[in-house]
Amino acid sequence: MFLHAAGPGNGYGYSPAFAPPANTWENGNSRKMATESFTLAAAPEISEEAKAELELVNRAREGDATAFSTLIRQYEGKIFRLAMNITQNREDAEDVLQESFLKAYEHLDQFQGNSKFYTWVVRIAVNQALMKLRKRKSDRSVSLDEQIDTGEDTVIREIAAWDPDPEIQYSQKELSGILTEAIDGLLPIYRTVFTLRDVDGLSTEETADVLDLSVPAVKSRLLRARLQLRDKLTRFFKRKGDDAFAYM
Amino acid sequence: MLTCKEFLAELSDFLDEQTDAEIKSKLERHISECPNCWVICDTTKKTISVYKGMKTCTIPEDVHARLMAAVERKAAAKKV
Repeated sequence: MFLHAAGPGNGYGYSPAFAPPANTWENGNSRKMATESFTLAAAPEISEEAKAELELVNRAREGDATAFSTLIRQYEGKIFRLAMNITQNREDAEDVLQESFLKAYEHLDQFQGNSKFYTWVVRIAVNQALMKLRKRKSDRSVSLDEQIDTGEDTVIREIAAWDPDPEIQYSQKELSGILTEAIDGLLPIYRTVFTLRDVDGLSTEETADVLDLSVPAVKSRLLRARLQLRDKLTRFFKRKGDDAFAYM
Repeated sequence: MLTCKEFLAELSDFLDEQTDAEIKSKLERHISECPNCWVICDTTKKTISVYKGMKTCTIPEDVHARLMAAVERKAAAKKV
């Protein structure tokens, strides 16, 4: 037997040791300030899409408001969704959205161009969102880097095969409600990693970079998040007529 | 043969196709012989797939408008 029921006291905790850097964009050697515009010639392997984005950033740096508006349009939905996922509060999510883009605008000259603009902004947004959470839980602070690899939260409560295309039994609105509720049921560390990695499509390395976690830590949280979501969704998506059964 | 616990530890990398050939073949052998792990693997894969298919939310127009107004204020202040 290797799978355990989740106990109330295990898993994610709150650590006063965690303090997201106020100047996210200056955090660590890899994010040294770059005050000059990033030149396309410096990165010959860059994709067309990334080139276009860098051009927008450079134009925005020079004061072109339309260029920055285009960047906002491109990413505001993803940032807002991430902020909603972390804070689970619309008002906080809107604050996070606004604060993240304002900080990004203010510090555009510090964007080095060696990562995607989105991963740079999302890093700011994650820290803003965590600060909101910490403020709300005023007696505790929120940590993403706590050791949690106890195995106690690798929960498999039931196993049942799903319909081949489980989502088609539900309307788009119903499906969205089911998926959101399932994510909301995860602890912040899991929903943040899962959203960045599997919903937003960042790589494991990018997710680790955004969250200041090691790659193994991201992988461990991702596995737990995926298994917990699988468990929650089985209730909705299992094949009709099949009995779910406990694992082992 | 891998144990179920060992299989589960590798599940994410397996689904992300990040395992080397030797481990991959052991994992494939395990799910061909263990119906429980086959179901877990299949339903976890579908879990990822339904979330990947989630549309990015269009943010409410009023939220967008307030964001743009805030950025414009910041831009105006920067120019001064």
